[in-house]
Amino acid sequence: MKVRVRLFGAFRQGRFRDKILDLEAGITPSGVMESLGIDAGKAGIIMVNSRHASLDRALSEGDILAVFPAVGGG
Amino acid sequence: MKDRIFRVNMTNLFTSIEEVPAAWAALGGRGLTSEIVAAEVDPSCHPLGASNKLVFAPGLLSGTVAANSGRLSCGAKSPLTGTIKESNAGGTAAQMLARLGCKALVIEGKPQEDKWYSLHVTPQGVTISEETELVGKGNFQVVDTVHSRLGQQHGVITIGPAGEMLLLAANISVKDPDGKLRSHGRGGLGAVMGSKRIKFIAIDPADSTIPLADPETFKKASRTFAKALLEHPVSQTLGEYGTDILINVVNEAGALPTRNFTKGQFEGHDAISGETMHELIKKRGGKVKHFCHKGCVIQCSQVYNDKNGKYLTSGFEYESIWAMGADCCVDDLDIIAEADHLMDDIGIDTIETSVAMGVAMEAGILDFGNGKEALRILREEVAKGTPLGRIIGCGAGTVGKTFGVTRVPVVKNQAIPAYDPRAVKGIGITYATSTMGADHTAGYTIATNLLNSGGHVDPLSKQGQVELSRNLQIATAAVDSTGMCIFTAFAILDDERCLPALVDMINARFGTSLTADDVTALGKRILKTERQFNMQAGFTSAHDRLPEFFSLEAVSPHNATWDFSGREIDEFWDF
Ligand code: SF4
Repeated sequence: MKVRVRLFGAFRQGRFRDKILDLEAGITPSGVMESLGIDAGKAGIIMVNSRHASLDRALSEGDILAVFPAVGGG
Repeated sequence: MKDRIFRVNMTNLFTSIEEVPAAWAALGGRGLTSEIVAAEVDPSCHPLGASNKLVFAPGLLSGTVAANSGRLSCGAKSPLTGTIKESNAGGTAAQMLARLGCKALVIEGKPQEDKWYSLHVTPQGVTISEETELVGKGNFQVVDTVHSRLGQQHGVITIGPAGEMLLLAANISVKDPDGKLRSHGRGGLGAVMGSKRIKFIAIDPADSTIPLADPETFKKASRTFAKALLEHPVSQTLGEYGTDILINVVNEAGALPTRNFTKGQFEGHDAISGETMHELIKKRGGKVKHFCHKGCVIQCSQVYNDKNGKYLTSGFEYESIWAMGADCCVDDLDIIAEADHLMDDIGIDTIETSVAMGVAMEAGILDFGNGKEALRILREEVAKGTPLGRIIGCGAGTVGKTFGVTRVPVVKNQAIPAYDPRAVKGIGITYATSTMGADHTAGYTIATNLLNSGGHVDPLSKQGQVELSRNLQIATAAVDSTGMCIFTAFAILDDERCLPALVDMINARFGTSLTADDVTALGKRILKTERQFNMQAGFTSAHDRLPEFFSLEAVSPHNATWDFSGREIDEFWDF
C-alpha cells in the first residue's frame, strides 16, 4: 500500500522530507521508522492525516504520516 | 548588594531609593510588577498619562548562576489593551539590575516640558539627563551610542521611533550580549516609556554578586536544574532549530493561521520553517545556537545572515516568522528577516504589527504575499509616522476599525498569535481569559495540545481545555516571577527533578521555606490581582471572548469552529 511519509527536524538528515513509500499493509508508524533506520524512541510527535496518533496504530492506503522529533517553542 | 526599590519621578525629575516593603520581599518579575501596578496605578487612568507607572523587575533568581534565569519583567497599564500588562524579555538587563540590588525600577509621572531624557542606573541610584542626540533614532543606533559614551559593558533598555510616537504596538528593547536586541514585545509598553519621555535607560555593569542565604544548597539545586534542562530532548531541538521548528508542526496539525486566519495550513510552510532556516544558517555562516543572556543552556536564538553572509537578524522567533510569513502569505525567509530587523530598529512588536499588516492586506491596502510592499510600509510609513504608518503601528484592531474589516483576530484589542484557536482549543481559552489580552505565553497549551509535553489533550475536542489552560496560566504566572525563560517549562512539565530544584533555589537565595504548593498559590494570587485590576478598569467576562468570526467560519483542514459558550469559558475563573 502507498503511504506518504513526511520527516522533520534531524530525521530528515540523510533521508528525505516528503516521499510516497510502498509499504506492507497494516504497518505502524514505529514499523515505518524502523524501516528508515530511525529509533522509534526518539519520536516526539506522530501525526496521521494531521491528527495525533500513537506509534502502534495501523496505517491504511493513502495515509499521510508525519514524524517529528521532540520539539518545543512558543 | 541589598535589594531595594529604585524610583524615578519624571514630573519633578527626582529619583530615590527605598527599602523593600515586607509585602514585596518574596516577589519578583511578573509577581512584583503586577503587585506594584495594582497597588499604585489607578485602573481607570489613561495609560499614556502621568498617573500610569512603568515598572521593571528582574526575576527572583535573576543575577544568580541559575540556568536561564535572566528574564526581565516590565509592567504598566497597557495602552493597547487597557488591561494590566506584564511582558518579559531576555537580554542582559535583568541580571545587571539584580546585581545592582535593584529589585524594581518604578518610573512615574510625566515631564511638563517638551524634552527627552535618559536614565542611568548605578549602585548609588538613578540619574536623569536630558537627551537630544538620539531623539528620533532607531534602537541599534541607541545601543551603539551608549557603547561609545559609556562603554561596551553597559546594559541598555531602549525605545525606537514607534515608542516616541506613542504607537500602541511600540515595544521596549533590551540589549543582548552581542549588542543586538530582545524585546518586551507585547501590549505597547514602548508607548508608556515614550509618554514618560525616556529614550533609553543605561545600566552600570556592577561586579557584585548576589548574596545567597544558603550557597551550598543553591549550588546543588542549580546543578540539578541545569542538568534537567540540558537532558530534555526539547532543549536539544530548540538549540539546533530554534523556535521556528514549530512552523511545520503547527502546519501539519492544521493550526497555522494563514492569510489573515482564513486557512489552517500555508503552502509555503517549508520555505519559512526551522529546518530551512537551519540549512540557510549553515550555508551562509551564521550561528545556529546563540543565547540572549549568559547562563542559558538551551540557546534557542540564532544569528541569521543574508545571501552574502552579512548579518540580517538574530533572535528570529517562530511567532515573528509566522506573522509576516503564513499570516501575510510571504514565503521568503530573507524578506521576513529583513522585516524582523526593521521592526526591532523601529521598536515595534513583530506579532502585533505583522498581524495588523495581514488585516491591511485583507482591506486591500496591499496584496497578500507582497513582502516587498510590507517592507516599504515599515520603512517609509511606520518608521516615519505617516497616517497609514500610525494606523498599522497601532495594531490589528485599529487597522480593522479604520478600514471596516470584520475578520480581525484580536482579544482585548491585542493580536492573536501563531496558533489558530479553532484547531487548538486550549490556546483559545488562554487567549480569551488571559489578563493580558490574546497572549500564547500566558498559558501555553500548545505544549500539551500539540507537542506531547505534560501529557496530551486532543486539540480539537473541548474536553479538558479549560482545566489545562487554568493549570498552565497559574504555573506560568509563578514561573514568570522567577526570571526563568518560558522554555524551561518543558522540562518543568516533564521532569520531576525540575520543580523541586527551582523551589530549592528560591529558598536558598532568600532563606525562605517555600514548597511547591506555595508556588501554585503565588500563581493564583498573581492572576487574581491582575484580574481585579482589569475589573476595576471596566473589564467584565464579556471581554473574555474570541472574535465572532471564529464561531462563524470553519477553518481548513479540520473544518473546525470555535464552539465554547460564554459560560464554559467563564469556568476558567473557578479557583
Ligand atoms: S532559551 Fe532562548 S529565550 Fe530562553 S534564555 Fe535561552 S536564548 Fe533566551
